[in-house]
Amino acid sequence: MGKTILQAANINKYFNDPVRVQVLNEVSFSVNQGDFVSVTGKSGCGKSTLLYILSTMDTDFEGDLAIDDETTRDKPESELARIRNEKIGFVFQFHYLLNEFTVLKNVMLPGLKLHKFSEQEVEHRAMERLKTLGIESLAHKRANQLSGGEKQRVAIARALINDPLIIMGDEPTGNLDKKNSDIVFEHFKLLAEEFQQTLLIVTHDEEFAKNTHRVIEMEDGRILKRG
Amino acid sequence: MNLKLIIDIAKSLMLARFRQTLVAAVGVTFSITMFIALLGFMNGLNDMLDGLILNRTPHVRLFNEIKPNPNQPISRSAEFERGYHFIQSVKSSNAKQEIANSAAILQAVQNDPLVLGVAPKVNTPVLYNSGTIDITGVVSGIDVVAETALFFFNDYIRAGNPIDLKNVSNSIILGKGLADKLLVEIGQVVQVTTSKGERLPLKVVGIFQSGIADLDKVQSFASISTAQKLLGAPNNYITDIQIKLHDLARAPEVSKNYAWLFQCDAEDIQTANAQFETGSVIRTLISYVVGIVLLIVAGFGIYNILNMMIYEKMDTIAILKATGFSGSDVRKIFLGIALTIGLAGGAIGLAFGFIFSLLIDQIPFNTAALPTITTYPVNYNPKFYLIGILFSLVTTYLAGFFPARKASKIDPVIIIRGK
Repeated sequence: MGKTILQAANINKYFNDPVRVQVLNEVSFSVNQGDFVSVTGKSGCGKSTLLYILSTMDTDFEGDLAIDDETTRDKPESELARIRNEKIGFVFQFHYLLNEFTVLKNVMLPGLKLHKFSEQEVEHRAMERLKTLGIESLAHKRANQLSGGEKQRVAIARALINDPLIIMGDEPTGNLDKKNSDIVFEHFKLLAEEFQQTLLIVTHDEEFAKNTHRVIEMEDGRILKRG
Repeated sequence: MNLKLIIDIAKSLMLARFRQTLVAAVGVTFSITMFIALLGFMNGLNDMLDGLILNRTPHVRLFNEIKPNPNQPISRSAEFERGYHFIQSVKSSNAKQEIANSAAILQAVQNDPLVLGVAPKVNTPVLYNSGTIDITGVVSGIDVVAETALFFFNDYIRAGNPIDLKNVSNSIILGKGLADKLLVEIGQVVQVTTSKGERLPLKVVGIFQSGIADLDKVQSFASISTAQKLLGAPNNYITDIQIKLHDLARAPEVSKNYAWLFQCDAEDIQTANAQFETGSVIRTLISYVVGIVLLIVAGFGIYNILNMMIYEKMDTIAILKATGFSGSDVRKIFLGIALTIGLAGGAIGLAFGFIFSLLIDQIPFNTAALPTITTYPVNYNPKFYLIGILFSLVTTYLAGFFPARKASKIDPVIIIRGK
């Protein structure tokens, strides 16, 4: 078992509008290096809310969150943005590619932002990742010319560009047909098994969850099973 | 640090909404064009109108005023020392209009480092004889070279060559109205009777037009020696000394100083023409106000278009933030868009403004007041262009500031969940 990548401790979250409702209740768990974890539960159980807290985008919660042994509490917005850029890769349900750019540029953007490598290097790394996902032929198409499954694979390539510690997915297959879902799942599995990539995927797709290495089940803002 | 990336993203967003961006930029271009054209034209007119007065008026004029003797009998009485003296029984004496010791004064003034130049003048009233009637008028004896250098005498000559005044003895340059009345042309001779009753034929070598019709009906110019001859005065007889300074603002101070130093009357340009500055200031103010109003309108256009762009690009902003762009990066992107619109629109506006100014400069404009001006005057001062581009940048920055701040505060969670 590798080192702890992500540590959530006693996370409570309330929605205040229109009335105060507790959506997360004392959620604690950790994710280790190389884990392929899925978070499942019924709609409204708080699994997406949890993911946004873990992703550092939502900072309005109680409890503590540490990524790579670094607490994210009370960090300024720009610092959190840097953590997201460097250590977390995202795959959303809706593909959220930037239609103004080509596929290649979409994949390159977080790498350019990180500014660890030169532009040529980032481009080379982006092409490598597109190749891994079998879509290098789409590199110079515009993002809006792609099919849903292709877009999601581009999103995965983008998530990988900075060699993140962890990839987070919010229903990454939720908007895809069976065939494309399988393709996307296979890629996740490949990443986890071949490249020891840590993955944390929120899904309500039972079959998807079943095939991951570890399933965290949630209900009404609590964790039922830590997997 | 990541400026290149931010510029790159801003460029892509602008190209994706090229037509909106273009409309915003055209708004700025239009305002700056009007701003430049308006200021250039207004200031051209200002310069011309100021020139009407400033070019012809000496900054300081030394002369002797005819005035009552300050030593009235009543003022010598100790009894009325404290009262106001209404009784002035000693009339204005046959005071000399001549400036005493003029040669020494001219020398001293010439050597003053504050003085740009000095032109002596002899004014004498005369009668122009035309057939059976006499027309009253004034002959000013001038130093043509100094007058041209300091007061642009050349600009008001309609016909003839002013230098002939110096080269041809007993010559005269007549006012346009006067020449018309006397029915004379260049090369002909007019008879002039002096106040002392002497009669002298003078050869017309030029016609001048000052722009003030009444003046042109009475005024004429001769050389100093000719004027002295008319008066029967010696060749050091001078009635006026006109002084032009390097710095107009110091005229009141210099005038006071000279009045005391040379024991004569001195008048500065500020006292002589108090009103002229007010007009210029108001005209400049109006053009600036109109220019700025135009820019503010353009600013609202940019504000609207950026706001719209931000609403359309919510997803883009959310994903940029999710993948590690901070709020300040997003703000820079949108400010970059606003400033690009301002800079591009402004620069093109400057070019169009210049072209517009050139066009205005071609429109015929004939005025009796200024014989040398044939088209509308335009001022091409680079200062206006600098102010124009600065204004366009400041307005677009302000117009972009609030939308950009809004974009930077967008919560990606709300957008991503909202689908």
